[in-house]
Amino acid sequence: MAVKQYIEAIRDALDEEMGADPRVLVMGEDVQEGGVFRATEGLLEKYGPGRVIDTPLAESSIVGVAIGAAFNGMRPVAEIQFADFIHPAMNQIISEAARIRYRSNGAFCCPIVVRAPFGGGIHGALHHSQSVEAFFFHVPGLKIVVPSTPADAKGLLRAAIRDDDPVLYFEHKRAYRLLKDEVPEGDYTVPIGRAQVRREGDDVTVFTYGFMMHEALNAAQRLSKEDGIEACVVDLRSLSPLDRDAVLEGARRTGKVLIVHEDNLTGGVGAEVAAIIAEHAFESLDGPIMRLAAPDVPAFPYAAPLEDFCLPNAEKIGDAIRRLAAY
Amino acid sequence: MPMIGESVTEGTVLRWLKAEGDRVARDEPLVEVETEKVDVEIPSPWAGVLQRIVARVGDTVPVGEPLAYIEVKVVVGAQHAAPLQPAGARPVETTQVGTPPAQPERPASGEGPAGRYSPAVLALAREHGLDLSQVKGTGIEGRITRKDVLAFVAARGAVAAAPPAAPPAPAVAPRPAAGEVMRLTPTRRTIAERMSRSARTVPHAWLAVEADVTRLARWRQQIKDDFRQREGADLTFLAFAVNAVVRALKEHPILNSSWSDDGIVLKREINVGVAVATGEGLIVPVIHGTDRLSIAALAKKLSDLGERARARKLTIQDVQGGTFTIDNTGAFGSIMSVPIINYPQAAILTLEAVVPRPVVVDDAPDGQAIAIRHMVNLCLSFDHRILDGAQAGAFMASVKVKMEAFGPDTPLH
Amino acid sequence: MVRPREAPARTRGVGEPLGLSDDQLRDMYYKMLVARILGDRMFILNRQGRAPFAITGHGHEACQVGSAFALRPGRDWVLPYYRDMGVVLALGMTSREIMLHFLARAADPCSGGRQMPNHWSYPSLRIVTGSSVVATQIPHAVGVALASKLRGEDDVTIVYFGEGATSQGDFHEGLNFASVHRLPVVFFCENNGYAISEPQWKEMAVPNVSDRARGYGLRGSTVDGNDALVVYQTTRWAVGECRHGRGPKLVEAKTYRLVPHSSSDDDRRYRSRAELEEWAKNDPLDRFRKYLEEHGLLDEEGAQALRARAEAEVQDAVDYAESQPYPAPEEALSHVFHP
Repeated sequence: MAVKQYIEAIRDALDEEMGADPRVLVMGEDVQEGGVFRATEGLLEKYGPGRVIDTPLAESSIVGVAIGAAFNGMRPVAEIQFADFIHPAMNQIISEAARIRYRSNGAFCCPIVVRAPFGGGIHGALHHSQSVEAFFFHVPGLKIVVPSTPADAKGLLRAAIRDDDPVLYFEHKRAYRLLKDEVPEGDYTVPIGRAQVRREGDDVTVFTYGFMMHEALNAAQRLSKEDGIEACVVDLRSLSPLDRDAVLEGARRTGKVLIVHEDNLTGGVGAEVAAIIAEHAFESLDGPIMRLAAPDVPAFPYAAPLEDFCLPNAEKIGDAIRRLAAY
Repeated sequence: MPMIGESVTEGTVLRWLKAEGDRVARDEPLVEVETEKVDVEIPSPWAGVLQRIVARVGDTVPVGEPLAYIEVKVVVGAQHAAPLQPAGARPVETTQVGTPPAQPERPASGEGPAGRYSPAVLALAREHGLDLSQVKGTGIEGRITRKDVLAFVAARGAVAAAPPAAPPAPAVAPRPAAGEVMRLTPTRRTIAERMSRSARTVPHAWLAVEADVTRLARWRQQIKDDFRQREGADLTFLAFAVNAVVRALKEHPILNSSWSDDGIVLKREINVGVAVATGEGLIVPVIHGTDRLSIAALAKKLSDLGERARARKLTIQDVQGGTFTIDNTGAFGSIMSVPIINYPQAAILTLEAVVPRPVVVDDAPDGQAIAIRHMVNLCLSFDHRILDGAQAGAFMASVKVKMEAFGPDTPLH
Repeated sequence: MVRPREAPARTRGVGEPLGLSDDQLRDMYYKMLVARILGDRMFILNRQGRAPFAITGHGHEACQVGSAFALRPGRDWVLPYYRDMGVVLALGMTSREIMLHFLARAADPCSGGRQMPNHWSYPSLRIVTGSSVVATQIPHAVGVALASKLRGEDDVTIVYFGEGATSQGDFHEGLNFASVHRLPVVFFCENNGYAISEPQWKEMAVPNVSDRARGYGLRGSTVDGNDALVVYQTTRWAVGECRHGRGPKLVEAKTYRLVPHSSSDDDRRYRSRAELEEWAKNDPLDRFRKYLEEHGLLDEEGAQALRARAEAEVQDAVDYAESQPYPAPEEALSHVFHP
């Protein structure tokens, strides 16, 4: 096992998959010089401009051309420079990629990966901090993964590249260099569609994903020490398909559920998780299903006090767990 | 060290452009710092004197930690005295709770907490035939929580198990029973909670089979020293038992499942947990993907998990995800035990002591004779909601056949 | 008001100079004829309540069949749009298959009854699945061509669309990308003068779609789309250029839609019958039949025989397709993800 940064794990996954499968290509803005976050650093020198492709500044065609290359036998990994800029590509992602298998009755498929850095807490302001998963969560035919650790970043990216369906891979930009952790050796993948219990506990279950997983863990550790409250923290990892078994098992275990995400509250992934629990685990509930999320504002503002006001953190999560535990 | 850009978390000092004692003007370049993304010159936030350099050339400083101290002159009375600030400090954040506070609504008043029970509480009350008015509530406004009900049931169980009350004492107030109170460790609490929950919610049924493992015992006797030398671990009966159980689970997947109200969940993976007794109490490390390991690999894995369990070095992954449990009760001489299911699995199996006993064997051509054979009992507690005797019996018969078949022709790797 | 173009003067001979045999020329005509009769039948079935929707290529037959004959079926990649019945017929789809698709039967090779007509998809002919969203197939075609080039294959990709599609961002992004990366893709625009009711001058401020090509650094040609052989010749040239790595091309075939946009459109609301009659005189089927007659490749009897054969083929296709079952209702749930 080696200790790697989250961004290194992503780069390693790209490198290793490209090395193992000549069909894998990387395309996006600035990918040849390494990408604005250095995620694709070194790939051009290793694999050449045929497989590491700088595209024009046009998101719709970044995804559209990737879809076309996938029709013709390649396995493209398209990069959208910031998730905030994915909107021009919505048409290609939703009208096209998500539907290709369905509309051709299984004759064609769309094995593309679309990677995009998302998330706030880095003074990115309105257009470099957004969470966009909810828009796509609603669309059948798309898979969505959000790794929260370097090990998962590598394993999920591998799984996404090998998957025959279109996968949206949202990497948290705050995690890039901040998170350093053990990454297993060898050819491992993390299965898409499986959540991971990060911490056991019997008082409150916290469902979360992305960088918030770490905030939730911090909160849980503090609560255990200071208040003797034991929170079970479940990292969803895959938003689509969602690990419903894990959701229901986690809810039934404690009867008290808190869902935490950085995306704003209304219509976020948390709403669907809450609905699933209310419908299928009602008898196990010992308290209302709570959600902690950013307020319903268009995006995180730039000034630090404004952003901190909006962003969930360990302290706010801890307060919410404490209140729910006491209910 | 200022926060220069997204995802920059630390900086390394390349060169100081001013020395201690120098005057610095506001915005004058102070120090060159190298970060992951760019190399930058950091300008001084204030005019003043560079009093003390904290980070030397080559030091790596996380964002928010001091690089240097600058002495600044202030106009007294016009504003708060600017304290001796580390250059590059982040502005102080106000931490108001801005995100919607996730505050559960208070239970409706008027009805009062007594009339307002959550589904979990009602379900538990039904299960145990409780009168909820007797339960003390510790939730908001005296609400009865799930834990309150569980505590009530546990206490009631303890009381019922206590010996009949002594005859009424004389008027003298009774003295507390003499003796030491052992504080409950978190492990003990967890075990208690788990065992209680299992015993409470799962209707246990039990059966046992005996297997003639003479072939295995003789063979193992021959090769065990060599194995220990080559592989660095003991080739235990337990490793063979795990292998037999895993193969039987593949034939009878209903034993590798969990009860839920929506249906019996057949687990996709076979992750066998093996109970280990540690100083602190019982712990069950899990072998993930047990069916993928050879007998030799199992022996080594069991040895490793046992060691790490006793040394308290198990990770979260090591104790999660189990789908079936085996307890090597034979290790402390037991020949028969009635284990409690490791909730929420479908069954638990014990491997009892291997004991040489006289048994009746077929003795061609005459009929039968009495021989000394190595016999071992295998006991199974199972969830009678999921399984019936016939299924459990079929599974155990399969385990028995496999145990009896182990011998010199069994591949270890 | 859109006026028919004068057929440009050029030397016409038999197909030899173009590399087409007599049989191939007759086959071209036959395919155009079948496309037209299938289209007629689709409207009729719709008006009879036997099909909810119809959308055809009446008037486009020459540019569709003519261009498709310049391709290698099953080798070159084709991304058609919903009007391209002539293209898919020329490549090798059968009338029965087209009718199965039109009538949304389970055996519909394009979509198992999931897509509305005419949303083509046929992997063995390298006809790529498309959607109703206009112009999204253009970046796809660029991607297909990219993959061919990366693997050093000489397959060419052709993508078809109307002039309305050239207003979409995807058209511009696609041309730009293909040109920057010098990809083997032919952008084929069937300019019929109308995007539903909007005439060309509402879609662009330039007289020809091919004028736009220059802005992206690629060569654009405009041809008489109702002259099958000119279209064939131009497409063959464009495809050849691509095959030899000389970068993408834009071909604009000027033609005219002789029917409403679809069965849901009433074109009397936006164009005059006089205009239609004017263009009917330029009907590509008539022009090509005359050409064949002039060169002794087809006489009156022969023409009638071909027509009868085409009618019979279409009738057989309709009868066959109507006898086939619909997909099972639960099929609506399958093919969301890989199994």
